[in-house]
Amino acid sequence: MFTKNFFDFPAFRWRNDLDALGRVRRDLGRLMDNLEGGTYFSRSAGVFPPVNLTEAPDQYFLRAELPGVKAEDLDIQSMDNNITISGERKLPVEDANARFHRRERDAGSFSRAIKMPGHIDHDKINASLSNGILTITVPKAETAKPKQIQIK
Amino acid sequence: METKEMKVRGRSEVTGPEQTTAGPTFVPSVDIFETETVITLMADLPGVKPADIDIDLRDDVLTLAGNITPVESENETRLLVEYETGRYYRQFTLSDIIDQKAIEAEMTDGVLRLILPKAEKAQPRSIKVTTS
Repeated sequence: MFTKNFFDFPAFRWRNDLDALGRVRRDLGRLMDNLEGGTYFSRSAGVFPPVNLTEAPDQYFLRAELPGVKAEDLDIQSMDNNITISGERKLPVEDANARFHRRERDAGSFSRAIKMPGHIDHDKINASLSNGILTITVPKAETAKPKQIQIK
Repeated sequence: METKEMKVRGRSEVTGPEQTTAGPTFVPSVDIFETETVITLMADLPGVKPADIDIDLRDDVLTLAGNITPVESENETRLLVEYETGRYYRQFTLSDIIDQKAIEAEMTDGVLRLILPKAEKAQPRSIKVTTS
């Protein structure tokens, strides 16, 4: 019978559904914000590390979150318009007698190539690592920089 | 030892009650392990400065909250966005009694290492059985 089925709903189902709805509402809200703001979330390339690339008039900024990775374990190279980031994340071996409650942090090696959208100046590429965030500053080649043209 | 290749993992957002601050809040990845005397918690908090992390232990609830400082300047246009940035928040209920005065926290390269020493009475004691 309808009423019976209706009232058979376990009470907690309602809460889960509301939670899910809240999540959808929040995600949709953010999607709208992004569309209006002109930014969009790109599909991940599926290669570690995920990167964010931004452009300023004279340079590109390539950023990646690499917590716990030391500068000496990173290798950054540039060729043509490609930047490659490779390295290894090492997690120190803890006490052999330690018992784990959670083990969510990953270790391992990675290597990734990112193509820059324009010509770059290889000699002036700069990389810095602070608070677990790698920032590579890639200056544009002179030919790729915007130039103002005077009207005579 | 052969090293495995790292994989991209999606970030999980904090669910439950709505946050009071705008922007996404993420659940940081953690390792928690214990020995007989201490519980150690390691958390990945990239982009959080040591001064911006808030650790709170009240009764047996441990709360981690981290604020990030935006790294992008105003004249930058986003071309590719593969990861989102936001605050970090996570809570744990601890089953052991912690010696509050001896808690140590250290932050290096975006990784928090929190050492929670167990209080004397929470440490296991082996009981010897003597025969008369």
